Amino acid sequence: MTMETLPFLLEIGTEEIPDWMIPDALENLRLLFEKLAVPHESVAMDATPRRLVLRAEGLPAKLADSEERVMGPAKSAPPQAVAGFARKQGVKPEDLAVETTPKGEYYSFTRQVPGRRIKDLLAEALPGIILQIYFPKTMYWTVKSGPRFIRPIRWIVALLGQDIVPFELAGVRSDALTSGHRRLGAREIAITTADYVERLRDHYVILSAEQRREKIRRELAGMPVKSDPALLETLVYITEYPTAITGNFDSQFLALPEEVLITVMRHHQKYFSVEDGHGNLAPKFVAVMNIPSDPQGFVQRGNERVLRARFNDARFFWETDQKKTLAGRIPDLAHVTFQAKLGSYLEKTERMKALAQDLGGDVHAIRAVELSKCDLTTELVKEFTELQGVVGGLYARVQDEPEPVWQAIYDQYKPESMEDRIPRHRAGQIVSLADKLDTLRGCFRVGMIPSGSRDPFALRRAAQGVVKILVEGKIELPLHQFLENNQALLDFFADRVKFYFKDHRGFAYDEVNACMAAGWSDLVDLEARLERVQNLRPTPDFEPLAASFKRIRNILEQAKFPGAGEVHEGLLEPGPEKDLYEEYRGIAGQPIENVISRLRPKVDLFFDKVLVNAPDARVRQNRLTLLQTLLAEFSTIADFSEIVTHS
Amino acid sequence: MPSFQEIIFKLKQYWSDRGCIIQEPYDVEVGAGTMCPETFLRVLGPSPYSVAYVQPSRRPADGRYGDNPNRLFKHSQLQVILKPAPADVIEQYLGSLEAIGIDLRQHDIKFEEDNWEAPTLGAWGIGWQVMLDGLEITQFTYFQQCGGIDLDVVPAEITYGLERLTAFLQVKDSVFDIDWTKNFTYGDVRYRDELQYSVYNFEMADIPTLWKLFELHEGEAARLLSLYDPKSPDKQRFPLLPAYDQVLKCSNLFNTLDSRGAISVTERVGMIQRVRKIAVAVAQAWADQQSAAAEEVAQ
Repeated sequence: MTMETLPFLLEIGTEEIPDWMIPDALENLRLLFEKLAVPHESVAMDATPRRLVLRAEGLPAKLADSEERVMGPAKSAPPQAVAGFARKQGVKPEDLAVETTPKGEYYSFTRQVPGRRIKDLLAEALPGIILQIYFPKTMYWTVKSGPRFIRPIRWIVALLGQDIVPFELAGVRSDALTSGHRRLGAREIAITTADYVERLRDHYVILSAEQRREKIRRELAGMPVKSDPALLETLVYITEYPTAITGNFDSQFLALPEEVLITVMRHHQKYFSVEDGHGNLAPKFVAVMNIPSDPQGFVQRGNERVLRARFNDARFFWETDQKKTLAGRIPDLAHVTFQAKLGSYLEKTERMKALAQDLGGDVHAIRAVELSKCDLTTELVKEFTELQGVVGGLYARVQDEPEPVWQAIYDQYKPESMEDRIPRHRAGQIVSLADKLDTLRGCFRVGMIPSGSRDPFALRRAAQGVVKILVEGKIELPLHQFLENNQALLDFFADRVKFYFKDHRGFAYDEVNACMAAGWSDLVDLEARLERVQNLRPTPDFEPLAASFKRIRNILEQAKFPGAGEVHEGLLEPGPEKDLYEEYRGIAGQPIENVISRLRPKVDLFFDKVLVNAPDARVRQNRLTLLQTLLAEFSTIADFSEIVTHS
Repeated sequence: MPSFQEIIFKLKQYWSDRGCIIQEPYDVEVGAGTMCPETFLRVLGPSPYSVAYVQPSRRPADGRYGDNPNRLFKHSQLQVILKPAPADVIEQYLGSLEAIGIDLRQHDIKFEEDNWEAPTLGAWGIGWQVMLDGLEITQFTYFQQCGGIDLDVVPAEITYGLERLTAFLQVKDSVFDIDWTKNFTYGDVRYRDELQYSVYNFEMADIPTLWKLFELHEGEAARLLSLYDPKSPDKQRFPLLPAYDQVLKCSNLFNTLDSRGAISVTERVGMIQRVRKIAVAVAQAWADQQSAAAEEVAQ
């Protein structure tokens, strides 16, 4: 007979949790529950801004009974000791068993331990589990010594089958009462594990994030909205009953740059923007509200008014900013601090200019650098800081700066992530490089070096951007020369280069190590070599040759070979040694791809037949020289001994 | 359609019905209702306190000569402090919106993460901006720290932007067009303030004079604070409230100097530190003074 199993429901009712923290918190709660020694068949997680929910199926009412064996005194022990042990176990001495152990015979007693009731176990564990859920920032809401959570906990549902799992947390007692939508649902709703989801639905809460997402998607279908998965996720987790509505704005605002309009709609208002048939912005938006309908149009009109006010502000700033050109703002940069130890933005601009020249920037790049930070003094950027760079570019355009200049200013913060594109033209790439390199050099110089998760100046992203621009912009520059001989910075970059080629480009880690060991200052060259090694790798001769190179390296290292000198032909032994040398002479200077199939058998044969460690010191020296020469010839592409081989 | 002042009456009545002391605005210029002693000092210590007041709040840099329909040098906040925060505090807040005629079943209300911080006061809290049909109408904060002190009891602070809220209710695109009463618009009452203070703050304030005043007030605060003796049996008499007024004066002068463009970015950080230093010192002395007072009452 199978034991009856029970469903378990935990709902932590809170005030509104920041949307972006919810998925991680749920996963964390699931892990904490899984760690509990409570058998179950399945676990499902759900959440809205006001509730974190765990539902598990198939829990037993109690844990299985078990036996616990307690060892007592040795058989030879005095009777009082034996009696004492028996008394402690609550039995008579004659009920004790005798066990033979490697150390001799001992009394023992096997105790029957009844399995704990799951309800008790959960009641004991849940308060701790709930408070252990990780959140990036927590608060207290009762008294200083009170519990900490992401937001105040206001109710808790904890049901095992039909029973409440009783516990108290932050003055809240677990119960079988949930709470509906803040204004459309009841404040207290009696539920069971069976009707929980349905009852919530009756009270305007769609528990499943997936269903909320689908509802929004369905309502967006047919509207040409700009796809925005991140915004969609935000809206899924900021609502309990999402409904999309469409609003309009005056088409005269379309005269403002699209970037500004989209920023206002997306970042400030959480609206989707809408396209017309030609990929341009339409004077419409889609908002997602937390109620099922807007029959009177209140919500639509309210949002339209807010947007109008926001757009009016933006236009006001745009027009105000035009009263002073970007070039006219250069002196103002002296009053904008870049970083206390690194001076003003004017000083940064000067340093960037020198860097851009060293990086081979043309007149457009230099002009763009001069104007690049001026938008920090504009009203529009003060209002919409996320548009720095973009606004400068747009102003440069209307102020008749040449196209390469305004585009370079526009693109200067790109790439903002590994997925983002690099600046579209060389001038922009140079400005971006100069900016990032200056920041990196400056911060490393004054000791502001990222550690662990602390990276307030986003230096990892900056260095990653430098790598991406150099490689994808095909800029052949000796990166190391721009790192001021700063070992920490060099190491920092080495990590970024590895990360880029390995995680972003998908090269194998040993290929990356092998190619970087042959040099990584010119990243374009490094990429070319990586591609060659990657192509070479599946060929049949590659692995054996890599293994041979590893062997050569080991031999040279063991011999502490200094690595100088020429091969003396006269000392070469006819046969495999001479053949290898002849082969080398014939193929030197050719790409390894063309010669690998010819070289490999000669190397194999050499190791098969020739003793490197010859008794004659001169012959030995000559053989080591031959191997060294061979290794050097083919190590300009990669240090093949770094390749992990299976032989 | 309720007028500006009717909305204020209704909100005050609503919070009065829920046990709040209704205070009048503080009589020293402040940048926000939080800075009034009724909030800044009263949130310290374990004693319960609930209070609501309208506070005209001066933000010199936000002035726009009365030209911008949504920006004001001086706006009005309704500040509500509930200490300790009741468990149904958000329900109570939503009820206040219904009390001024907003049917929340027909409007979209959202709580968006927004943690408040005031570096000059050594104060911060966790909370939200409350969005009504896409408009931010309230800042809701659970105070965690004030004057650099972890609070014994967590108060809820509810700050309503009254002009915005009224513009929303009266369906007006410009705050200057809202009806203060049936016969007077907001612009009739406040336009001159906006124009003249913008002129003063941006153009005519005498920078050396403001610096001198800042230093005088800072000096007076520091002088008083240096005289506070936690061991003195007479410390209940000690004028910490007047010392705090000096802090408020400094804060406002700092903001005015800032809007006048007289403070470089580098100086800014130092100035914030200077104000913070005396603000924190007052808070600490106050906490000491009041805990002693509480003990006396207990005995």
